[in-house]
Amino acid sequence: MHWINAVVMLVMITSGWGIYDDDVIIRGFYFSSFWRLGDWAAWSLNWHFAGMWFLVINGLAYLTYGFVTGRFREKLLPIRPAEVVQTVIDTLHFKFAHEDITVYNAVQKLLYIIVILAGISQVVTGLAIWKPVQFSGLVSLLGGFQTVRVLHFAGMAVIVGFLIVHVALALLVPKTLWAMVAGGPRVTPNNQAQAHHSQKGHTA
Amino acid sequence: MRSPFSPDVVPDTAILDDHQPLIRSLERRGLIRGSLSLGALALLTGCDVKRPESVESALLAISRLNDDVQALLFNPNKLAPTYPASMILRPPKFNAYYDVMDVKPVNGTTWRLEVSGRVADKRHWKLQDLRALPQTSMVIQHICVEGWSYIGGWSGPTLRIFLEHIGADLRAKYVAFKTADDYPSSIDMATALHPQTLLAIQYGGQTLADPFGFPVRLRTATKLGYKNPKWLTSIEVTNTYTGGYWEAKGFPWFAGI
Repeated sequence: MHWINAVVMLVMITSGWGIYDDDVIIRGFYFSSFWRLGDWAAWSLNWHFAGMWFLVINGLAYLTYGFVTGRFREKLLPIRPAEVVQTVIDTLHFKFAHEDITVYNAVQKLLYIIVILAGISQVVTGLAIWKPVQFSGLVSLLGGFQTVRVLHFAGMAVIVGFLIVHVALALLVPKTLWAMVAGGPRVTPNNQAQAHHSQKGHTA
Repeated sequence: MRSPFSPDVVPDTAILDDHQPLIRSLERRGLIRGSLSLGALALLTGCDVKRPESVESALLAISRLNDDVQALLFNPNKLAPTYPASMILRPPKFNAYYDVMDVKPVNGTTWRLEVSGRVADKRHWKLQDLRALPQTSMVIQHICVEGWSYIGGWSGPTLRIFLEHIGADLRAKYVAFKTADDYPSSIDMATALHPQTLLAIQYGGQTLADPFGFPVRLRTATKLGYKNPKWLTSIEVTNTYTGGYWEAKGFPWFAGI
């Protein structure tokens, strides 16, 4: 699910940039053709409207899995503000306390929650932009069509910001990459025995 | 509840030992170097993909599927929000596939509207014939596929009244339009019969000006701007898909909002 999401997110972001360029929100701020998916707006739009199905279906599967199995509660909660501050300080001092990759630190928890909420928000604002008449109630709730466009753009910025930090840190702690590719850390009895052994070794 | 997918025993921390010296040795310069190579990597995988035929046909297939989904989402009784007349933008925003300087005005006295296809009465229409039909006014938001929008006030007979008047087959699939500026367009019958789909002959209470489609244009509140052809010359009721100007270049056909 993570890798489907990774591909679809890139499709949605880069095709979104192609659509954005047709009528920019920030005056003078364009994405160069290099970063846009689709050689002009029509195809960026087609990519965006194709990608949305994969994003929504994969996202729903991910959310269902996260809630039903209790993974979200277990991995992402609780978040203690003091821990967040401490982790930020540690990270700025280049102390990456990531000994156990099955446990997220407080900043990770916070960032994952933010990006999940941003993803949900993108689907809601996206729906409002796609069908502003059929979902006119939603549009007026969100402050009008042009405001929703800005919200949709801001949601993209949050996700891109997350991606930069996420990818940079994953590359800095390379062991996590294998876990992501292979589908999570594995623990076999054999492994355990070795672990005990090496622990003894340390204490000796 | 504990996730059934999480392991009973967590991996030993010692397996990270290999990385500890690396992690400890990381410096700010290292991080900067890292981000630079990350940027380079992103450049290599950049999205400057040309459009291969297989990708194009896959995207078009999904776009057609989306047209069906959009038709399902379209509620014929749902009205677009309307606004007070004080919010009408004067003059409206000009938009076409060419510059406003290249608009070729249509002569209203010699102009005729052709009617064809699945209709009982195929006589041509003059502007005064359209004025004689019951008139409807609406102040609605125009939303362009590019993202911009403005509020405009439009008046004229509803397309439904016009279609009923010419004895059109209201179970036909499409209503297709031709224009003086060679901008063919077509819409689904459900949208054609929507109460906020007009043959607009006035803007803001005054005769439509030349750049905005004089003598008559389509104005539908439930579709994107490019589904509103101006300077109409012909209306056809048909079961044959005829597409449209931007649709032929790849834009979605239904374009409902």
